[in-house]
Amino acid sequence: MDLKLIVSKIWKVYNNKPVLKDLSFIFDRKRIYVIMGPNGNGKTTFLKICALLEVPDKGKILYCNSNNIPLAKDINLFRKITYVFPQVGIFNASVFDNVAYGLKIRGFKKKEIVARVEEVLDFVGLMHKKKQNALTLSSGEAKRMGIARAMVINPEFIFLDEPTAFVDIENVKIIEKILLELKEKESSTIIIATHDTSFALKVGDVILKLEEGKILT
Amino acid sequence: MLFTRSGPLGFLHLLYTPTAMIIAQFVLAFPIITALTQSAIVKVDPVIKLTAKTLGATPFQIALTVIKEARYGIFAGVIAGLGRVMAEVGAILIVGGNIAGYTRVMTTTIALETDKGNFELALALGIILLTLSFIINISLYLLQKRGIPPNIAWI
Repeated sequence: MDLKLIVSKIWKVYNNKPVLKDLSFIFDRKRIYVIMGPNGNGKTTFLKICALLEVPDKGKILYCNSNNIPLAKDINLFRKITYVFPQVGIFNASVFDNVAYGLKIRGFKKKEIVARVEEVLDFVGLMHKKKQNALTLSSGEAKRMGIARAMVINPEFIFLDEPTAFVDIENVKIIEKILLELKEKESSTIIIATHDTSFALKVGDVILKLEEGKILT
Repeated sequence: MLFTRSGPLGFLHLLYTPTAMIIAQFVLAFPIITALTQSAIVKVDPVIKLTAKTLGATPFQIALTVIKEARYGIFAGVIAGLGRVMAEVGAILIVGGNIAGYTRVMTTTIALETDKGNFELALALGIILLTLSFIINISLYLLQKRGIPPNIAWI
């Protein structure tokens, strides 16, 4: 089932300063959307509102199915959306256990968990670190693990907040490669917030500029 | 006071029984363990909770994940509580009464033997108690250390 995200006239105000002003957009394809803009102009807020982690002051966020019927905002919808934070949010456990988390809580069988986790770890090039404690990974590796952890649950939407922040050039290249391969699979809509222009141009199908609370395409 | 025959809980006939000693030890250890567990859970990075949520965890699964992340802090609370309970003399002497073969424990024996002037026996028992306490603490510490990744263990 293909999900469509409709952002309709959202407003968000912080300290009497509007960060998002009457913003509307439709994310309707399995593509990579990149939201650009300097720090502090509302990229993260916009991403969090889209991912249902924050509530807009005004306006609506709708996830619609292929028949344009909005879905209820319950656990079934939450399980189709995932968000990778800039700090990744690493559990004090092995890389394998971190990536397997989403599958474990969905009640998958052990055999399938092992197969799927190994497949994505291979995909992001972390197979050799499978048993290592994830807190000991470098920041580039941690970001890759975050992407793997999001991918393994086959979500409809993946939100990536600053996937290249604190990452060296080598790892940025690897992340670019992972995202381009992921795009070819056409399994998820990927929405990225970044201020890294060259990265955005390389991976993005649609580049959106967030300026003064509005989206410029 | 609560457990004396004329006290409010006197009808339970708990004074000078092991049950009363267990209750007293529980009352002593409970606040320490609760406080340390609470502080360990509060210390868990809020991003962990949000990450669990965005990976599709239900509120109950999120709570379990946070507890799991705080497990080593909770463990420290249990160690502190155990230390408090093992060294206790006063409270268990009052409610247990130090009855030989019934409510007499190592710490109360040491107190009694010291009073009687049997310093050798008191010292020997003290050494045994200290050794036991060391063994338990060291093994729990080693278990706890396993949870800290080597490169941040020095913090």
